[in-house]
Amino acid sequence: MAELSFTQEELDEIERLKAKFPTAKAATLRVLWVAQQKYGHVEPEVQNLVAKTLDVPKSHVHGVASFYTQYYKEEKGKFVLDVCTCLSCQLCGGYEILHHLEEELGIEAGETTDDGMFTIQEVECLGACGYAPMLQVTNGVYVNNLTKEKVDTLLENLKNGNMPEFESMAMPELEKRNQAASK
Amino acid sequence: MAQDWKSFEPLLIPDIPNLEKIDVYEENGGYDALKKILNDRDTWSRKSVIEEVKQANIRGRGGAGFNAGLKWSFMPDPDGGPRYLACNGDESEPGTFKDRKIFEFNPHLFIEGSLIASYAMTVDTIYVYIRGEYLSWVDMLQEAVDEAYERGYLGENILGTDVSIDMELTYGAGAYICGEETAMLESLEGKRGYPRTKPPFPAQNGLWGRPTTINNIETLANVPLVINNGADWYGDIGAEEHPGPVLYGISGHVNQPGVYEYPTGIPVLDLINDVAGGIRGGKDLKAIIPGGSSTPPLRADQLDGVTMNSDSLKDVGSMMGTAGLVVMDEDTDMVDVLWRIAHFYHHESCGQCTPCRDGTGWLEKVLKKIKDGEGEMKDLDLLLDVGNQMEGRTICALADAAVWPVRHTINRFRDEFEERCKKSVHAVA
Repeated sequence: MAELSFTQEELDEIERLKAKFPTAKAATLRVLWVAQQKYGHVEPEVQNLVAKTLDVPKSHVHGVASFYTQYYKEEKGKFVLDVCTCLSCQLCGGYEILHHLEEELGIEAGETTDDGMFTIQEVECLGACGYAPMLQVTNGVYVNNLTKEKVDTLLENLKNGNMPEFESMAMPELEKRNQAASK
Repeated sequence: MAQDWKSFEPLLIPDIPNLEKIDVYEENGGYDALKKILNDRDTWSRKSVIEEVKQANIRGRGGAGFNAGLKWSFMPDPDGGPRYLACNGDESEPGTFKDRKIFEFNPHLFIEGSLIASYAMTVDTIYVYIRGEYLSWVDMLQEAVDEAYERGYLGENILGTDVSIDMELTYGAGAYICGEETAMLESLEGKRGYPRTKPPFPAQNGLWGRPTTINNIETLANVPLVINNGADWYGDIGAEEHPGPVLYGISGHVNQPGVYEYPTGIPVLDLINDVAGGIRGGKDLKAIIPGGSSTPPLRADQLDGVTMNSDSLKDVGSMMGTAGLVVMDEDTDMVDVLWRIAHFYHHESCGQCTPCRDGTGWLEKVLKKIKDGEGEMKDLDLLLDVGNQMEGRTICALADAAVWPVRHTINRFRDEFEERCKKSVHAVA
């Protein structure tokens, strides 16, 4: 494998991130994010690049990368579907959504489809308990209040390269007050 | 007080369109509290700000419920070196999803509150640590921070005074433990989120060995309210020993889940039936978890007259926690629920302390066995025994948080667990 490297633009971004903190080491989490954005994962080679760039031990970067679940320690599908099954999502059908996805894609949680398009992961609470069940697409946008139909539509859209947009979940009480005011 | 919650007008997230924009925030009295202090520092010395906040008794909204002003007063006298405020926006306790509302709908209130806190404690740098899953909300807060810099509320010589404070946002990468305050400091320093042994406490030895105070996002958003209106006014909102407005995150089997702002001290049953529209499908209530997964669950028959404040919840054997109320209907399988909670804590144990690393695993394993119909009656006592050996024997409170739901769910729903064990493959034994 050719030696990995950051572009000048990425190095500038890394300098900006380092400037947030009194030590270069403190930027480890952020630079791992930059690296994952670039390579799609932080396999050992990528971790070594981060270590070299920040001038910190490889063991330190490996320790950090392996501690946090959002870093992909191996290649994942183009879209990673993180399905929450924790407490409130469990109560509201999170497992049904997970199993529906597994059936639709013919893989189990933790696996990637043969075409490299989708990875399904079962994850812990994502902080969207009032909009359960829900999932997050590749560490990005939240898709709330899932039904099987909504999941099917999401898969279709993703296959066509259409990422869902951020959905603002208004404070329900405000919504109710607004409705009352508009009458 | 608790009775007139219906007429309460939101203070943390009032119904003002585009309040997240600095112009709108300013038009509605935004940054007045900061100006009030910085323009009259004879009245508002650093010590008197701390005193006012202490008097108001803002109980920490991150779960521990500690008096924020009192926490601030633990900071040592300045020695000329860096001092930090670390704002905890890592909310990851299952059932909790309220700080993201502040980032989205009223970020400047939080920024203003953290500036006042920083002035009071002579802090020069504020770090805001947000969970890595909340990237959408990190962007929203960053926009607000940029606006605040442009207007001179952040940065060098704030509002023309000699006060200079910077605010840096950063985020994690998926680890519940980073919501534990010292684990968050480790993560901010770019390391694995391993909680630190206390003492030394962060006020003495925090970020990079310097004095640091950690406050929850919602806690800090309460500060401008206190400065604008006074500690007495604040103390009159909600429950006496636990005053103020609260963002209640309501989830589970209710018709209208979501985040609602009301005073502390609101009756739990009003919150479920009137605010959140009652139980889905017209079913009966079975149980609640009042403030995130670590707070002990309560049976429906324990809830008469119980209100959402620390004293009332303590009386019935639970806690206010993060005010993330999880509602469960009559069909809920408490064995399944408890297993899932135990699975969460096992997954999230950082692995530093043996009682927690191994104990959370045993709790999950034994509960899985019961859930899968292979449980024995003696497993229930085993679970309680393992829990007793974990609690209070670890660096941080994650082990305790894992034990409490196990202990109290088994004690309060024991018949359900026994029934499952009696029907198991070992039933004849």
